[in-house]
Amino acid sequence: MDPSSSGVKRHHGIVRFTHWLNAVLLTGMIASGLQIYLAFPHFGRKNEPSVIPNPLDSYPFPEWARLGGWLAGGLNWHFALAWPFVLGGLLYLGFLAWTGEWRSILFRPRDLRPAIDMQLYYFRLRKTHPPQGKHNALQKAAYTFIIVLGAIAALTGFAIYKPVQLAWLTTLFGGYELARYWHFIAVWLFIGFTIVHVAAVLLADPASIRAIVTGWYRGRFPSHG
Amino acid sequence: MADRPALGRRDFLRMGVAASSATITAACGWDGGTLLRPSLLAISRINDAVGSALHSNARLAREYPLSARSRLVPSYFVSPELPVLERPEAWQLEIGGRVRKPLTLALHDLRSLPAVRYTVKHHCVEGWTTVATWAGVPFATIAALVEPGAGADYVRFDSFDANRDGVGYYNGWDLESAMHPQTIIAHSFNDRPLMPAHGAPARLYSPVKLGYKLTKYLTRISFTADRPGGYWEDQGYPWLGGI
Repeated sequence: MDPSSSGVKRHHGIVRFTHWLNAVLLTGMIASGLQIYLAFPHFGRKNEPSVIPNPLDSYPFPEWARLGGWLAGGLNWHFALAWPFVLGGLLYLGFLAWTGEWRSILFRPRDLRPAIDMQLYYFRLRKTHPPQGKHNALQKAAYTFIIVLGAIAALTGFAIYKPVQLAWLTTLFGGYELARYWHFIAVWLFIGFTIVHVAAVLLADPASIRAIVTGWYRGRFPSHG
Repeated sequence: MADRPALGRRDFLRMGVAASSATITAACGWDGGTLLRPSLLAISRINDAVGSALHSNARLAREYPLSARSRLVPSYFVSPELPVLERPEAWQLEIGGRVRKPLTLALHDLRSLPAVRYTVKHHCVEGWTTVATWAGVPFATIAALVEPGAGADYVRFDSFDANRDGVGYYNGWDLESAMHPQTIIAHSFNDRPLMPAHGAPARLYSPVKLGYKLTKYLTRISFTADRPGGYWEDQGYPWLGGI
C-alpha cells in the first residue's frame, strides 16, 4: 500500500486489542476494587493504629465510581475481570517477546540521555526534536512504567487473594496489609498515567488515536512508524 | 435481502459501543443483575477450582509470637442478639452424615481430646486482619473418630446462630481444607475458654480460610456428597473462601 495515502502501519492487532481490552477491564477492576475497599477503607489491622499514610482513609467513594453494589458483587466482578486482565497481559508480553517489539518499548539505561533531550524539547529549551525510533525515550519510560505497574497490580492482587498459599509473594510485598496498600496505590498510578497519557495524545499527536484503533498512522511523525 | 447494503465494520463498531455503554450503565451499582449475575457466579466457581488447586495441606499458615496478638479482636453474629445457650452444659456437637460411626460430643468430651494451639493471623473478606491465639481439636482427629465413608467429599457446619428471619448460619467446606492440620474445632481463645462473642461453646477455626467460612456456635458437622452452600455463600460470596 502507498504510505503517502494510507500512512504507515503502526500497531499490530494484538496491541490494539489488548490496549482497548485493558481500558475497559481497568475501569471495571478499579470500580469493583473501590466497592471492595469500602468494606474496610483503612490499611493495617482492625482496631489498631496504622502507620500507613492514607489520605483516602474512610473516604466514601460515590456510587458512580463503584461496581458491584455490595461487597460480594464487587468481589465477583473483580475476580471475573481479573482473568481477562491477566490473560490479556500475558498475550501482550508474549507478543513483545516473540516479535522483538519490546526493543521499541522497553526503557533502558541508554535511553536516559535521549529522555532528558526530549524533556528539554518539550520545555522548549531545545529547538529540534531529538531523533527517535518508533517511540521517543519519554514514551518508552511511560510505557515501561505502565507495563511494570500492570504486573505489580496483578501480583499484589494475587498476594492479597491467597496470602497463605502464596505466602512467599505476600511476604515479598511486605505482608498482607502492605500488599493491599500497594494494590490500592496502583489504582491512583493507573488513573494518573491515563490522564497524562490522554493529555499527551491530544496535545502532541492526535493522529495516534486512529493508529491505536485501525493500526494505521497518518500523523506528522510518519518516520516514527 | 440482496439489495440491502451489508452492515460494514463501522456499523458493527457503533452497535457494539451503543450496546456496551447501555450494559455498563445498567451494570454500575449492582451485582450483575439477572443477565450477568449467573455468569459472575459461574466464574466464581472457576475461581474456587483454581483456589482448590493452589491449596496444599502441607502448607501451614505462619504462626506469630504472643506479643503480636491484637488487643481487640472483632466479632460478629447474624442473630439480632448475642447467641448464648440457656444451658451450656447441655450443649452437644453432633457429627454425622456419610460416616461409619456417627458421634455426639459433649463439651467435656471435646476438651478431653488432644488439642493444638496456635497464634495466627485472621483474614476477613472485608480486608482487615487481626491476630489471636486459638486452641481446639483438629478436624482431622474428629474425622478419624467417625470414619467418613465413600463420597464424603464435603463438610457442612451448622450453628445455633440465626438471623431475624430464622435463616441459620452455616458453611459448606471442601473436605481437603477441612483436613488441613490447622483446621480445628476451637474451644479456647487467647488462652481462655471461648466466649460467646467468638462463638462459644465451640467453633470452627482455620487460618487457611476467610472469616466468614469459620462457623461459630457450632451444633452439627455433616459429611456430605453434595456441595453445601453457606449463609453468605448463598448470597453471592465466593464459596471456597480459601486464602
